[in-house]
Amino acid sequence: MGLHAATIKGDFPILDRMIDGKRLVFLDSANSTQKPRQVIEAMAEFMRNSYAPVNRSSYRLAAESNDCYERARAVTQRFINARKPHEVIFTKNATEALNLVVQSWGRANLSSEDAVLLTHMEHHANIVPWQMLQAEKGFAIRWVPLTTDGQLDLTDLDRLLVGVKAFSFTAMSNVLGTITPVRRLTDAAHAAGAIAIVDGCQYVPHHATDVSAMGADFLAFSSHKLCGPTGIGVLWAHEALLDAMPPFLGGGNMISDVRLDGFDTAELPAKFEAGTPPIIEAVGLGAAIEYLESIGMAEIRQHEMDLTVYALNLLKDRFGDDIHIYGPDNIEVRGATLSFDFRGIHPHDVSQVLDQTNVCVRAGHHCAKPLMRILGTPATTRASFYIYNDESDADALADALDSATDIFGF
Amino acid sequence: MPGLEDLYREIILDHYRTPRNRGALETPPAVVAQGHNPLCGDEIQVYLLVEDGVVRDVKVGGQGCSISQSSASMMTQAVKGKPVADAHRVLDAFRRMMGLDVDGEPEDVNLGDLEALQGVVKFPVRIKCATLAWTTLAQAMDEAGA
Ligand SMILES: Cc1ncc(COP(=O)(O)O)c(C=O)c1O
Repeated sequence: MGLHAATIKGDFPILDRMIDGKRLVFLDSANSTQKPRQVIEAMAEFMRNSYAPVNRSSYRLAAESNDCYERARAVTQRFINARKPHEVIFTKNATEALNLVVQSWGRANLSSEDAVLLTHMEHHANIVPWQMLQAEKGFAIRWVPLTTDGQLDLTDLDRLLVGVKAFSFTAMSNVLGTITPVRRLTDAAHAAGAIAIVDGCQYVPHHATDVSAMGADFLAFSSHKLCGPTGIGVLWAHEALLDAMPPFLGGGNMISDVRLDGFDTAELPAKFEAGTPPIIEAVGLGAAIEYLESIGMAEIRQHEMDLTVYALNLLKDRFGDDIHIYGPDNIEVRGATLSFDFRGIHPHDVSQVLDQTNVCVRAGHHCAKPLMRILGTPATTRASFYIYNDESDADALADALDSATDIFGF
Repeated sequence: MPGLEDLYREIILDHYRTPRNRGALETPPAVVAQGHNPLCGDEIQVYLLVEDGVVRDVKVGGQGCSISQSSASMMTQAVKGKPVADAHRVLDAFRRMMGLDVDGEPEDVNLGDLEALQGVVKFPVRIKCATLAWTTLAQAMDEAGA
């Protein structure tokens, strides 16, 4: 039984919004997703009834709030099939999760003799933190190149991995939509003695995720891309790895003792959750995960595959050589993120015209400037689909592109 | 298309289709400044040759959207051959038209074709596109000590 798009659309109040008398066609979910009533209500209800600080106060309400916060952790643990709840660390977003890995694990383990392997399709969040530490430590950064259809070119992977201590890569490209062969990559990393860090930002919201099956050592993702609120992200790692790492941010909550001459760190997960955590956001994240699970991750993936095939065929049939869609054609290795060039019209102009009919897409470099340079373009237009999109949204995109031709088709 | 007439005026599309003064100048004697629009990744270069207090030549390289490219094209027409003081006046007047804060008293400056970009103000996200060439020109003028 497939996913029922109309019911799902009905769960998202913002999709009832009309602008200039026209409905919203939201195709920017790779950037950030809309929020269902279930998440909005869970957060409002928590604030109305159960909110109190966590981990500090001893009154009953605080205990109740604490339970809600920890319940969100347990929900997240189950969602990614982690072994223990305290292997799930709540951060501000995926960017902070990746910075945590680099600043804590990287700072403790990397020296000028070492190398780190990244790929040409990484988001800035998985590039810049490494470059920041590289400036201090002087290790080498190597890059897995791409094939012409936008997949990772693994021909030289084993050679690239020689001497590498960490291989950090995305499970799905936020520009090309490419899904990478995660298990193959983590196996190769381990065979070379490296740890494997998986940026799950674009993957986790769209696929059933199992950290053991992935063979990952670290997994990072953001709540706001899976129907949850902004302000919270997740870092998962094996307990032993987290235990061995120095803390990242210092302050309240992450200590077990502080003296004039030093401090002791708290147990996991508090060790990596300095300061007042995103409590309300955690409740929202838990609700978002339960919402996605109620639909079914396999159903979500199937829906997106069907919709991607529909959209790819529609755009290619309608526009032929006037549209160039980046990334692989094979639906098995691509998600519902379509970056394209349309008749050489600048993406900023394309998105401006699309906005007239409330077709919301992203135009720009998508925080992946090295990749854009390799693609040979400063910017692309990106339409990304999620559970609340259906064929009518792809149709609206195609119709809106016709209007772009009317203005710029010279 | 309804709603976009104010933005995509014919004169703007004309400058976009056939940009004036595209290319590069030899540096030195010219100076070059680099401008970025972080929102869309556009990058442009403004080459400026100032001699005897006059903007002898100006050229624009790089790529961008219709608004940034047409604005750059019109900018070159508006300042080329002008005394530096006049170029500054146009620069200030244009920035004012875009709703930016500019020191000093507004002057009456005829912006000519540039008036067509007035409509951009209604699309706040595009103001950065329209001003990109101008901010970069201002840098180039600084560089040239003009
Ligand atoms: C692949 C990838 N990695 C990392 C990030 C960073 O996520 P956030 O901005 O939520 O920290 C994003 C989001 O744009 C992404 O698409």
